[in-house]
Amino acid sequence: MSASHSVELDTLFGDYTLDQAFDEMRESSGDLRPQYRALAETLAGLPSDELQRRKQSADLAFLTQGITFTVYGREEGTERIFPYDLLPRIVTAQEWDRIERGLTQRITALNLFLRDVYSDGKILNDRVIPRELVYSCKHYRRPMRGLQVPRNVYIAVVGSDLLRLNNGEFVVLEDNLRVPSGVSYMLTNRRVMKRTFPALFQSYGVRPIEYYPQLLLSTLRSLAPEGRPEPNIVLLTPGVFNSAYFEHTYLARQMGIDLVEGRDLVTHDNVVYMRTTDGLKRVDVIYRRVDDDFSDPLIFRPDSALGCAGLFNAYRAGNVTVANAFGTGLADDKAIYAYVPRMIRYYLNEDPILLNVETWLLNEEKDRRHVLANLDKLVVKAVGESGGYGMLIGPHSTARQREEFARQIEANPRNYIAQPTLDFSRAPCLIGDRLEPRHVDLRPYILFGDKVNIVPGGLTRVALEKGSLVVNSSQGGGSKDTWVLG
Amino acid sequence: MTVSNQRVREGAKMLSRVADSLYWMSRYLERAENTVRQLDVTLSLMLDTGEVDFDARWQRMVAALGKPVGMDWNGSIEAMSKRLVYDSLSPASVIYCLNGARENARQVREEISSEMWQRLNRLYHQMHSPHAQSQFASNMNDQLATIVDGIYLFKGTTDTSMIHGQGWQFIRLGRYLERAYSTATLLEVYQPDLFQPSGSESAGHLYLELVGLLRCCTSFEAYCQVYTADLSPDRILEFLLLNRDFPHAIHYCVDGTRQAIEGIQQTGGRRPPEELKAGIGKLSAMLGYTSISEIISGDAAGFLHTIREQCLRIHELIYRYYVHYSIQSALAV
Repeated sequence: MSASHSVELDTLFGDYTLDQAFDEMRESSGDLRPQYRALAETLAGLPSDELQRRKQSADLAFLTQGITFTVYGREEGTERIFPYDLLPRIVTAQEWDRIERGLTQRITALNLFLRDVYSDGKILNDRVIPRELVYSCKHYRRPMRGLQVPRNVYIAVVGSDLLRLNNGEFVVLEDNLRVPSGVSYMLTNRRVMKRTFPALFQSYGVRPIEYYPQLLLSTLRSLAPEGRPEPNIVLLTPGVFNSAYFEHTYLARQMGIDLVEGRDLVTHDNVVYMRTTDGLKRVDVIYRRVDDDFSDPLIFRPDSALGCAGLFNAYRAGNVTVANAFGTGLADDKAIYAYVPRMIRYYLNEDPILLNVETWLLNEEKDRRHVLANLDKLVVKAVGESGGYGMLIGPHSTARQREEFARQIEANPRNYIAQPTLDFSRAPCLIGDRLEPRHVDLRPYILFGDKVNIVPGGLTRVALEKGSLVVNSSQGGGSKDTWVLG
Repeated sequence: MTVSNQRVREGAKMLSRVADSLYWMSRYLERAENTVRQLDVTLSLMLDTGEVDFDARWQRMVAALGKPVGMDWNGSIEAMSKRLVYDSLSPASVIYCLNGARENARQVREEISSEMWQRLNRLYHQMHSPHAQSQFASNMNDQLATIVDGIYLFKGTTDTSMIHGQGWQFIRLGRYLERAYSTATLLEVYQPDLFQPSGSESAGHLYLELVGLLRCCTSFEAYCQVYTADLSPDRILEFLLLNRDFPHAIHYCVDGTRQAIEGIQQTGGRRPPEELKAGIGKLSAMLGYTSISEIISGDAAGFLHTIREQCLRIHELIYRYYVHYSIQSALAV
């Protein structure tokens, strides 16, 4: 007799309680949603220790492949694996269709906005977006004014964060238009998943995402300067101390391009070269994973050694393509974010397919009074930050923290926005040997070259701590594979 | 030319920074190995001689390591040895070299195999274990042997798990150039003692000295195979300088350097390193066409000094051709 026994659905769901948040797996009645049925039955049919065994084998796969991120701190360079949840998050074809159309619309409008603001500024002249909001943004880059960007594509690589609200609708929480990361986890999660649940995966008919690196490469190639039919494409990394260094090496290897640092590059006569053992080799396209500020000491921060002196002038001369363009952070400023639905209407004359989260701008007197009176119910965010930094979650804050934020808001209201504390959706996660619901978001990766392309899926990030609403990897979040059904 | 041929040719060259890291990873490891071996030999020679010689012996070893600062004899073998192995602030220490090797490897993890990285990482963590450091005085010999074993393992893994392309050639280049230089330094420091032994030393002690010198280059057994155990200073010098078949002999190392450059050249070729090839050729000819009697009857110290200078010159030329070349020179092609 085998010591193991089948775990009934009830045992597996022992601690799985529903609350007002949307549950990805169960309807409010408690019944399983149709797309989760096969998954739940498979799990229930496994011997109890089998799930743990697969979990361990998945963890080991991450560790031995060195799929880690660096935790900043001592010189030892602590490398950790990004916690991985075994169970997939499932998105139906219908849901995905809406997400895909909504993001395509949104990214198109955001790109038009950047082009407009850095050239004619029509949207400012028409007073759809306040001029001072744009010019006071810390990511606005004056040198980009009037610069011709290849194919007019400012944002070639985007990762937008979506949440699902109580009514089941996806909304956009933020757009990451500078150097979005995490796509390597999306890809490695899938690889590990296929080994963990091969039969189940096959039975679901999940749409593939593995071609992302190839798509990224062809996107970058499509943006190459004119007259460079065999462009030399490189990935520019800040170096080994960057927390996403693993992703940089991973993508460079998957695309078969060189991983360069600023010190590998030189410019001469407005042409960028990389130093190889066989002499200088011209660089045509740079997939840039270095922030604007550190990219070129002649134009941006003069004390930075991470970039390449003269890069911006070569870019301005049209001799090298840099993706994403400089100054794109303007459009993911959290105050500008509030205007994205208006941008969509202005440029495309369409209604937004994906909605925004309700947002109060604190430099507006009325909004500010409302927010300061309700700090304990709202989430306050610094406009130029990302990664879960500079944030106050009202219901989880102390009176002292709220006072501190109130003071900061009064001192610099332009720097903050507020949003309601969102009850975003939860998905089943393997906690111990039971399934429990945890809050999840979704970050699809959008590529913009000749046209907008989105691989079906993305990175589902999980707030692994019970009740937590913070999914960022730097703040104790994990991730899971995302299955988009065909 | 087909597309696939294009790929192969393009993939063969590498970023200068990557080549530089591989070269220094290799030099640092070679240097750590040399330091450990010299320390090991010095410690065992100290067992056989009276305490009177400690100071002089230690200073000679320090001179053979290139006279690093902060290594002056302070009267305690344990303290001095520990400093030479574990003082991570001193560029001469073993741990400093291993840190340097690992840091260079870490920046080019894409170029080296996971097997190599794991070996190096393990050695690094061994060196950094507080236990090893606190126990050093009680098991010095074991610890030194462990370090050398770790380095051997890494070198073997390198040769069997990495593609023998340009990256591997830069590793060889670093290994042989560092070895040629350190062996020349060693011989330059030791050779006055070999030919003018102070009258007080007994035959037994002289023998131990000679064996010690050979063991500094792991060459005692190899020497015996060529010359029998009949140790004589001029033969030892001949063996360590001019032998072309023994991997620690300078001539062998110079040959290795030349082969590495040729290997690199096969995959590049846009800018033939004529001056570099000439520099190595000159050194090789010097070693190939000079007999040991000419060296000994002439200025042996000067000869060894010239070898070291030429090694430095070759290092500079490697940098000038592959790493720190001027933009003008590269654009002119």
